[in-house]
Amino acid sequence: MIAPGRAVRATLALAGREARRFFRERTRVTGALLQPILFWAFFGAGLAPSFRLGGGIAYGAYLLPGIVVLVLLFTAIFSTISVIEDRREGFLQGVMVAPVPRGAIVAGKILGGTLLATAQAGLALLLAPLAGVRLDAAAFALSIGFCFVLGFGLTSLSLAIAWPMRSTQGFHAIMTVFLMPLWLLSGAFFPADGVPGWLAILMRLDPLTYGVATLRSLLAPIPDGPGGTAGGVAAGAPALGVTLLFVAGMFLLALAVSRRRDGALPG
Amino acid sequence: MRESPAVAAIRAEGVSFEYGRQTALDGVDLEVAPGERFAILGPNGGGKTTLFRILATLLKPSRGRAAILGHDVGRDSAAARAVLGVVFQAPAIDRLLTVRENLDLQGALYGLRGAGLARERDALLERFGLAARSGARAATLSGGLVRRLEIAKALLHRPRLLLLDEPSTGLDPQARADMWRSIDAQARRDGTTVAFTTHLLDEGDRSGRVAILDRGRVVATGRPEDLKAEVGRQVLVVTPRPPDPDGAPDAGLRAEVERVAGIPAREAEGRILLDTPDGAGLVPRLAAALEGRIAGISLSRPTLFDVFLRRTGHRFDAEPLEGFRGAGDAA
Repeated sequence: MIAPGRAVRATLALAGREARRFFRERTRVTGALLQPILFWAFFGAGLAPSFRLGGGIAYGAYLLPGIVVLVLLFTAIFSTISVIEDRREGFLQGVMVAPVPRGAIVAGKILGGTLLATAQAGLALLLAPLAGVRLDAAAFALSIGFCFVLGFGLTSLSLAIAWPMRSTQGFHAIMTVFLMPLWLLSGAFFPADGVPGWLAILMRLDPLTYGVATLRSLLAPIPDGPGGTAGGVAAGAPALGVTLLFVAGMFLLALAVSRRRDGALPG
Repeated sequence: MRESPAVAAIRAEGVSFEYGRQTALDGVDLEVAPGERFAILGPNGGGKTTLFRILATLLKPSRGRAAILGHDVGRDSAAARAVLGVVFQAPAIDRLLTVRENLDLQGALYGLRGAGLARERDALLERFGLAARSGARAATLSGGLVRRLEIAKALLHRPRLLLLDEPSTGLDPQARADMWRSIDAQARRDGTTVAFTTHLLDEGDRSGRVAILDRGRVVATGRPEDLKAEVGRQVLVVTPRPPDPDGAPDAGLRAEVERVAGIPAREAEGRILLDTPDGAGLVPRLAAALEGRIAGISLSRPTLFDVFLRRTGHRFDAEPLEGFRGAGDAA
């Protein structure tokens, strides 16, 4: 039996390693943050004229929470994809033979990715004034807290996908056909009002819809109206509950995937 | 704290493993005493790396059991891992971290911290000649220094058993000698058991005891000098003249050698071998009797190569049979 304090210290050390690596690979730092911001600048400006939302919300303001979630998603992907390199380069098997529970190793990787994702989401939130969103300190702090929770779920999901993979190409394929649609259908990009029925159903089934709705309500509290129910679901306790279930489920999934005994073997 | 000397550093009983339908290990028995320097010697594909992975707690045997200092590698892997230091063939370091950061991370994984960790780390950096590079990214180190960092890392928590997979691979002779000096000095200091896999006969020779692994089975275990003594004092090898393109091989050669020598001979890989106490007397007589039929006669003290040949009937460097490849050996 490993003492819990020791497992926690191992988790923190592995999370610290993720942060160090991230800052030493500058392309990752800039890529995961700049791409969503460019999305926001181009789509926000380009779609604004043809976009009509109730309540006089500008498209740039509508898009902002979605962009913050995209920063979370991209950072989660970029930080967990490194587990494939960890395995290929041999680092992972060195960690696997240490007297540390598998859960602590997985938690370290996820926690490191989550902290990076949250920090980058915080930077993206600084765009709020440019988007015409007034953000006071309390709303900012709540949003950051929520980004941490949602980021933990997205990093867990991303790690569960990356763990069994032997090459980064396979991961890119899944990113394109699964993770990006997850984001596109979350109400981050367009509201559910007036979309075809099949699309409305998909948007309701997308667990990320509930996270985006919650973040949108934290950034710009709109009690009722098209902006507040952008993905077709209302923000509030049920949406927060779905998000928490999603986060817990994804962490358990990552744990289960990593428990496969042959996980450490190189390709 | 210490277990009684009766507890083996490594005990494997009937350990078997298959990759799908391919047998990698077939009933391996092994016992390594505390403080030994033990070599697991075998050709590529013999199953060394699979056995290493089982002892390192990364694979569970499909049959049989293995224990590290009394801790079963499957059921009690946490206790086994705590007393085990592992050096893989592929470096398990993080190239983006510095030398010191790599050691600190290892310390955190093994429950070391604070002043105790700093003391052990700095002592190892000094002893392994890494102190001057401690702030350098691991990616900037030479192959020899990377291996030293690997070993320093594995020794940080003062393991009771240091387990290494082909540690000499990719090192020049000088770096190899340096590495073994460092390992041996550290092992003497702490009484560490050292067990390692190798396909180099001379590394087997310089170990206290050796187990020879071939096609997933242990074909010999013992002190190198005992194993060699078993072969005989001297080995005489008669190499036949290659047959003409359209001619048949010299079928009667072995009988002729036996007649001249007066003792039975063995045949392996097309050559005729005699384990003889009187090689010096035999060489001129054989040379005279077999004039024109042979390409050469050589006389040598037996090596582990001869031990292997005698136990398996094939050469050490022969291609492994289909179905007997340890995964990773092929890589």
